[in-house]
Amino acid sequence: MIPTIPRSRSFRVLYGGYVLLFFLYLALPLTVVAVFAFNDSQFPSLPWEGFTWNWFFGEDRPQIGVFHERGILRSVGTSAFVAACVAVLSVSVGTTNAFLFNRYEFRGKGALYVLMLLPLVIPGIVLGISILVFSSTLANGIWNAAEVDIQALRPGLLLVILGQFSFITTIATLVITARLQKFDRTLEEAALNLGATRLTAVRTITIPFLMPAMIGAVVVAFLMSFENFNTTLMLVGSDAPLTIAMFDRLKEGSTPLLNAVSLLLMLGSSILALVVILFQRR
Amino acid sequence: MTPDLECVDLVKRFGDTTAVDDVSFSVPPGSFFSILGPSGCGKTTIMRMIAGFLDPTSGDIRIKGGTVLDTPPNKRPVNMVFQHLALFPMMTIADNIGYGLRRQGMAKAQIARKVDEALDRIGLPGIGARKVDELSGGQKQRVAIARCMVLEPDVLLLDEPLGALDLKLREHMKIELKALQAAFDTTFVYITHDQSEALVMSDQIAVMNAGRFEQVGTGQDLYYRPATPFVAGFIGEANRWTGRIDRVEGSSLEMRTDTGLAMRATAAHALSKGDTAEIFVRPESVHIAANAEALAQFENRMQGRVTSLLFNGAASRVLVEDDAGETLEVTLPQTGEFASLKRGDKVHIGWGAAQAMCFAGAA
Amino acid sequence: MRAEARIGFILLLTPLLLWLGLLIVIPHIDMLIISLRERISFGVYEPSLTQYEKALTEPLYLRTFWRTAVMSVLATAITLLIAFPVSYYIAKMARGRLQQVLFMLCLIPFYVSELVRTFGWMILLRETGLISNLLQWAGLADQPVEMLYNDAAMMVGLVYTSMLFMVVPLVTTLESLDDSVVEAGYDLGGNGLSVLREIIIPHAMPGIVSGCIVVFMLSLGNYLTPTMLGGKDSLWFTEMIYNQFIVRSNWELGAAFGFMLLVLSSVIVWGMLRLTGRTLQETMG
Repeated sequence: MIPTIPRSRSFRVLYGGYVLLFFLYLALPLTVVAVFAFNDSQFPSLPWEGFTWNWFFGEDRPQIGVFHERGILRSVGTSAFVAACVAVLSVSVGTTNAFLFNRYEFRGKGALYVLMLLPLVIPGIVLGISILVFSSTLANGIWNAAEVDIQALRPGLLLVILGQFSFITTIATLVITARLQKFDRTLEEAALNLGATRLTAVRTITIPFLMPAMIGAVVVAFLMSFENFNTTLMLVGSDAPLTIAMFDRLKEGSTPLLNAVSLLLMLGSSILALVVILFQRR
Repeated sequence: MTPDLECVDLVKRFGDTTAVDDVSFSVPPGSFFSILGPSGCGKTTIMRMIAGFLDPTSGDIRIKGGTVLDTPPNKRPVNMVFQHLALFPMMTIADNIGYGLRRQGMAKAQIARKVDEALDRIGLPGIGARKVDELSGGQKQRVAIARCMVLEPDVLLLDEPLGALDLKLREHMKIELKALQAAFDTTFVYITHDQSEALVMSDQIAVMNAGRFEQVGTGQDLYYRPATPFVAGFIGEANRWTGRIDRVEGSSLEMRTDTGLAMRATAAHALSKGDTAEIFVRPESVHIAANAEALAQFENRMQGRVTSLLFNGAASRVLVEDDAGETLEVTLPQTGEFASLKRGDKVHIGWGAAQAMCFAGAA
Repeated sequence: MRAEARIGFILLLTPLLLWLGLLIVIPHIDMLIISLRERISFGVYEPSLTQYEKALTEPLYLRTFWRTAVMSVLATAITLLIAFPVSYYIAKMARGRLQQVLFMLCLIPFYVSELVRTFGWMILLRETGLISNLLQWAGLADQPVEMLYNDAAMMVGLVYTSMLFMVVPLVTTLESLDDSVVEAGYDLGGNGLSVLREIIIPHAMPGIVSGCIVVFMLSLGNYLTPTMLGGKDSLWFTEMIYNQFIVRSNWELGAAFGFMLLVLSSVIVWGMLRLTGRTLQETMG
């Protein structure tokens, strides 16, 4: 079953057809979402009422476009803010974790490594509720003790950021550790030998070496945060990130406005994804 | 004159194993000093202790007379060319060479000037803007040396830097390294397991085995006057026989081999009758002739049969089986006289007692 | 040097411990504690096993629990079956550029939010949707067909959503299989099936295991797909957690549900690792 082993023509046609079908299956929902963003109708479904840009640039109801819809724009801003915080936090902690696991031998290292992997196998909803439960236990405790209400511990952006950070950090750690393992430690020794202090050696040699992985991790973390739904759903307060805002609208019934948002999301993610791939290729 | 580098009673233990066992040596200024030994003999450990990446268990390391034990690696006046060079792949050549100068806080313009000078001296002017992976193996080698030399270290350590090169380039770099050392007029301490690298380049060579120095001397000393059986076996090649001493007259003696041959040799150190001993004879010291008369001047003579021809150009040899059934390696003279030698031919061989070195046996 | 290393170690250890302690370990312990209590009156709680008793005796809860587990296993199996031939094609049949392009095409849909993907399936499958119209146009149906809100639609969505997490590990392990090993299999008299069974699948096992674990986890923890594509009868366990927490504000029962889901996923992941003799580090790291 490799090209060097001859196969009957019908087998090859069948196999090729199957693969083609698979990619159609992959492409179909996304294509449909994209196409109906341009339907001049109140519904993202047939019949096709003609082409329009209104769902992007329309200024008046009922066909108000993405760029004039306050609610959507605000939620995009919220998502971007959350994603930026999560990306910076998780890549910072991911980097320190990578150094810890790569450079130090200590008791309980194996157990700690497994614990570090766990957030990947905990369902996102459970992660969300456990943080929700704990933060309100904390908030209630503080209220009972000092009669101070810490708003930050109630559902809201801080909890959303912490919730997403709690599992995206694992991914950042894995990405950066993988790169650090490929680092040749003698480069750092060479830097020491040439007069650098330990910290300078890390700053001038190791960090530049890790940079592609760190940038890759920032983009991946940003995308994962931007698209996260499960954990966010449990922790969200009054400021809804984009996925939650879209979910609420979808439940009420959809208009091609959602298609337009989705298409923009697809474009944005694809561009970011391309950036990651280009960086990793270098 | 104070030596540039001095190690005194240096010991390094890792748990139960002693990697470096009471080693002392000193390296005079401006010389090329090699530590030669098989892998695992402890030579890398010595080098890492000098560079400061390992702390000795006991003993002292002095550079220009002052101890450096309390000096961290980044403050020691020694620099190191790493085994795989450890050039920084994310930097240009100029940034690599300027790295140490930037750490000293030197002004940019001055760094640029120094880097250009260094590139001139290694014969690669104008390559400063290139990336590391654009250079050939030999060029990288020179850049790695330049990166250290701009810092004007008291001692330059080289950790088998030619190991990764192919054979032809390695031959070339041996000569070039020696020339660079002369040009920079700096003390080089070079470790290698390749005897030819050590012999060609060094002023002094220390042969190391199992954590100890077996002998320190010039290449000629080691080759012609090995102090221990290990050195005799490690430097160059040798035929060897074990046996018991029959007779001693000053430094010359006679030994009866385990196979029953009587053999005349020169004692490398004091031996007396009845001692077990070992004799080493280099293949190139053995003469080969068609008849016994031609070998009359040699104390040791025997005849045998050619069992194999090992043709290798100038280093061609034959294996000769003597009457006792032992096989000797004999270098074939390149005079053309033996060009027609073939397997099975009867030959006479002989060598002088002065070329046969005798050591006390392992008992 | 020693002291310096010690300070560095502590500086690096602190963020890790803060993260795992405050966001993973303690919250889960707190969740466990909350699930083990009962509300007597406002602000008064008593330790009790009532929540678990409720969860294990109420038929709806129990049925949903097992349904979620079985459907997740099913979704994992279907994903594996669909993904394996495709991964094999990408890893071993396609060459050079085509291989890269196909692999990228697999990745791109998953850089897009799950919400968008689910939305796409809604547009396709609903009564006024594309497929329904297509069937009518082709004369295969004489009135709009509702294909949403049933288990099949939900399964299509679940499989779609987790496809990437099966394809990537499979392609990676299959790529590392040396062509000459397959050739040797044929050379020694094997046929397509025996080579597949004795050479290719054993080699791909690490990829199969990690793919299955991730896909299973994602299906089990999915909320969006069952909610949007599933029908009234296809209640998912995550929906029950959400309902208890957000709709009914019964945190005690919700926490118990959460814990049951966690135990279920741990048991199945552990079982899968046990069965194939692998560790979590190898599979995830």
